[in-house]
Amino acid sequence: MSEHIVSSKLYIGIWLTLLFLTGLTAGVAFIDLGPFNTVVALVIASVKATLVVLFFMHVKYTSEKLTKIVIASALFWLLLLLGLSLADYTTRLMR
Amino acid sequence: MAVESHELALRHHFADPEQQRQAASLGMWVFLATEIMFFGGMFCAYLIYRYWYFNEFAAGSRSLDITLGTVNTAVLICSSLTVAMGVRAAQMGKNKLLVVLLLLTLVFGFAFLGIKGVEWYQKYEEHHIPGPSFDASDLIREYPQIHIDPQHSQIYFSLYFAMTGLHALHMVIGIGIFCYLTYFAVRGRYTPEYHTPVEIGGLYWHFVDIVWIYLFPLLYLIDRKPLG
Repeated sequence: MSEHIVSSKLYIGIWLTLLFLTGLTAGVAFIDLGPFNTVVALVIASVKATLVVLFFMHVKYTSEKLTKIVIASALFWLLLLLGLSLADYTTRLMR
Repeated sequence: MAVESHELALRHHFADPEQQRQAASLGMWVFLATEIMFFGGMFCAYLIYRYWYFNEFAAGSRSLDITLGTVNTAVLICSSLTVAMGVRAAQMGKNKLLVVLLLLTLVFGFAFLGIKGVEWYQKYEEHHIPGPSFDASDLIREYPQIHIDPQHSQIYFSLYFAMTGLHALHMVIGIGIFCYLTYFAVRGRYTPEYHTPVEIGGLYWHFVDIVWIYLFPLLYLIDRKPLG
């Protein structure tokens, strides 16, 4: 069993997609979508981050399940940190 | 060198090179998980203050140079491509290509820091660096329709400098790692059997890219729409 070697065509495709999404997110920022500006910006950022993790960082091709568990738990703890903190601060009546 | 790189290939406590490679990669991912928590604390602080002081954050965000920010995002994405292609070159044993791609990555890394330096200097000239000489009167003049408290503006710029500064520190460390990788790639240490340093150095570089992928919209983009 050896490492998976990703084709350079795929890498260049991912690179072009990332550049396109960067331009898209910069352009959409100037359009008033109300509260959805933040949502759209973060969704695009997350799509970009996922592409980098899956392809550039080879997570799509790794046979090591522990790596995926480490990533999932890191995201889970980050979600706890952000989720519980915001659940507190956004529901306070007084500052 | 050939003998040395062969001896480097397998430590005695691993069953085979594949297991050794996966163990190194897993170790790097555990480190990156701690880095996610490290940056996560700053992102959390940013989100809470942005929720509290939305007007000041909107005005502060608009004062950043969106063109330089977008160009810098593209520069980092290009560097991630050269890193990914570099790991591929190492996997295939194309050593000359590996050296070229590592050098290109360094060029992109320095370009990013240079552009970042220009942006920081602009903030210095505008008196937007938190401290005794901080001055938000230009923002107050520019956005009369919203109430801006200079103290709260300082919080935005404190977070801006802390987050981009911490990210830049990671870039500097990344450049150090890639100088090390380039040095040993020139000496021919990395082969298709042994190129773990290139691979885990690449993981670090991609991670720093991902942090910027989130910093860019949060700091530069979120409050660009026409002010109500």
